Amino acid sequence: MNKFTRLTATACPLDVANLNTDQLLPARFLKLPRSAGLGAVLFHDLRFDADARERPDFPLNQPAWREAKIIVGARNFGCGSSREAAVYALLDYGIQCVIAPSFGDIFAGNAVENGLLPAAVSDAEATALMSLLGEEPRLPVTVDLEQQTITCSDKAFSFVVDPVRRTRLLNGWDSIALTASYMDEIAAFKAADRTRRPWACHRPAQCATDQVTNRNNAG
Amino acid sequence: MSMNAPLTLFDKLWAAHEIVRREDGEALLWVDRHFVHEGSFNAFSQLKARGARVAERGLTFAVADHYVPTRSPRRVIDNPEIARMVRTLEDNTAEHGITLFGIGDPRQGIVHVVGPEQGLTLPGLLIVCGDSHTSTHGALGTYSFGIGASEVAHVLMTQTLWQRKPKRMRISLDGRLAPGITAKDIVLAIIARIGADGASGHAVEFAGSTIRALSMEGRLTLCNMSIEAGARSGMIAPDETTFGYIRGRPYSPQGSAFERAVEAWTALATDADAQFDREIELDAADIAPIVTWGTSPQDALPIDASLPDPAREPDAARAKYLREALDYMAVKPGTKLTDIGIDRIFIGSCTNARIEDLRAAAAVLSGRKSKVPGLVSPGSSAVKRQAEEEGLDRIFRDAGLEWGESGCSMCVGINGDVVAPGERCASTTNRNFRGRQGPGARTHLMSPAMVAAAAVMGRLADVRPLIAGRKL
Repeated sequence: MNKFTRLTATACPLDVANLNTDQLLPARFLKLPRSAGLGAVLFHDLRFDADARERPDFPLNQPAWREAKIIVGARNFGCGSSREAAVYALLDYGIQCVIAPSFGDIFAGNAVENGLLPAAVSDAEATALMSLLGEEPRLPVTVDLEQQTITCSDKAFSFVVDPVRRTRLLNGWDSIALTASYMDEIAAFKAADRTRRPWACHRPAQCATDQVTNRNNAG
Repeated sequence: MSMNAPLTLFDKLWAAHEIVRREDGEALLWVDRHFVHEGSFNAFSQLKARGARVAERGLTFAVADHYVPTRSPRRVIDNPEIARMVRTLEDNTAEHGITLFGIGDPRQGIVHVVGPEQGLTLPGLLIVCGDSHTSTHGALGTYSFGIGASEVAHVLMTQTLWQRKPKRMRISLDGRLAPGITAKDIVLAIIARIGADGASGHAVEFAGSTIRALSMEGRLTLCNMSIEAGARSGMIAPDETTFGYIRGRPYSPQGSAFERAVEAWTALATDADAQFDREIELDAADIAPIVTWGTSPQDALPIDASLPDPAREPDAARAKYLREALDYMAVKPGTKLTDIGIDRIFIGSCTNARIEDLRAAAAVLSGRKSKVPGLVSPGSSAVKRQAEEEGLDRIFRDAGLEWGESGCSMCVGINGDVVAPGERCASTTNRNFRGRQGPGARTHLMSPAMVAAAAVMGRLADVRPLIAGRKL
């Protein structure tokens, strides 16, 4: 997993509430393998019209923001479908951080799994940042995960990120490697659980077989 | 479990699955059932890259639903890319020894219809799937939520998942629903009230006399759309309705094991005086048939309402939001919802394609013609067989609609069944996002009966006059 510590880059404002993952990556591109690189289809139907021409009014198509590495979004950014490829598309385009008042829960988890920082700020702060960028689009924005601060021009504010996620991002920890250190606990849980919750059908296929046997016997 | 601290249903479900909890609050949870589908290919690629195997293949079930054709002939997939998606799932499940309900299997269907139908979804279980509508399974008293590809890979490799416990929210509904009002109207009313992020960060329990009176199909619809209010999981305490639904299903415990299970499941209820972080209460009598007008499920109004006017909206951000939604939907402020004509209908999806949904739509369509073309895609192959036994397919066909096969179909459009650019579709699905049903498609969400009413009238319409005096 990629680490995230500190980033200074141009930031693209996207003032759209409930910007869902269908917008980040329309479903028809979900067939593409990650190796294909999904940056070209990020926000595809917002970036391009039906004839595949760029929509000049979409912020990411404007010269100042084409190379943005940060997005400043509105409430409930990344809501909707669980598609992790929406995060791949952001990363493949070059976006490493999204600043927004709130995020879809699944999106935020997917982001952290891939080293992309979801930084939560207040509605007022997001609006202030967007208007600052509206006035001076090329203003660099600095996101410092250690300090949990965002600075832009003379403005500075703190952001919220789950402390566990912050630690993971700072260290680039891989959750599978972490889980591997708990294999004994998992095995112990599994053994005890079979007694504790026999009804949980720990072997569903066995349940199905019993059912068939039972029916046959009854018949 | 402590005898003195009253617990919510969710607290009990969480506690039963916690393997370890770290000091930082993150917990490692045991996963009872893991469903995968064609879209899980990214996760299988991660396994391959690590040279890893599936930890608990007996607890992992695969269903072909997202990409399978839902129009006949089914076995021929013209688009090679779509064919490859279905084949990749077959290859991955064969390689890892995972049971697959694939094309041609009588158990095939939409994963969130199939799980409960096969008895794989049982009260008290923790269920995950790489699909946000996994919240559906909570209708049977499970803790179920959608996960991303990295989490899918983690579950495949370890049968566990790291999570931080969400907050607890209870949404209570009491009173009787008026005739023609369904779970879909309830959930759209809830989302309209609390917003598309109103339940973010929360596990939601639905409770109250209205919920208790809902059928299992209705409960599944309700929990299905929890995610559209931002909640990764929704749940309903199991009761006689639940037990009656589960009894005799292929993968459910049987005989004396079932009776013992029911005893354990009965304890899965929120204790009196248990605390929630947030509580919402609604009166069932206030709920009318609801349709969405905009590009988020929160843009929902009773069918007798008119479209909002951004010019009258004092809040500038809200006015901008309304303008953009109205613009995409190509509707004018102030228009009566019932004056909005439609181009097509779709009855299907994990939200509303169970047998009861098809019966409700057929009750409206019986002896009538649809003014627009449309597709009816049953939620599972089993639902399809049952509907045909009941003659519902005949009613849909006689009305001029296409009777299709089971899959995610036109809800997400990735199998090629899409709404054409600019077309307006009355749909029983869960998301009216821009382009959700195809690039440029315009979606209005509503219940199956309301979609049938829209079909009959050729416009958004109130179903109530159409069902007056009809046997439902």
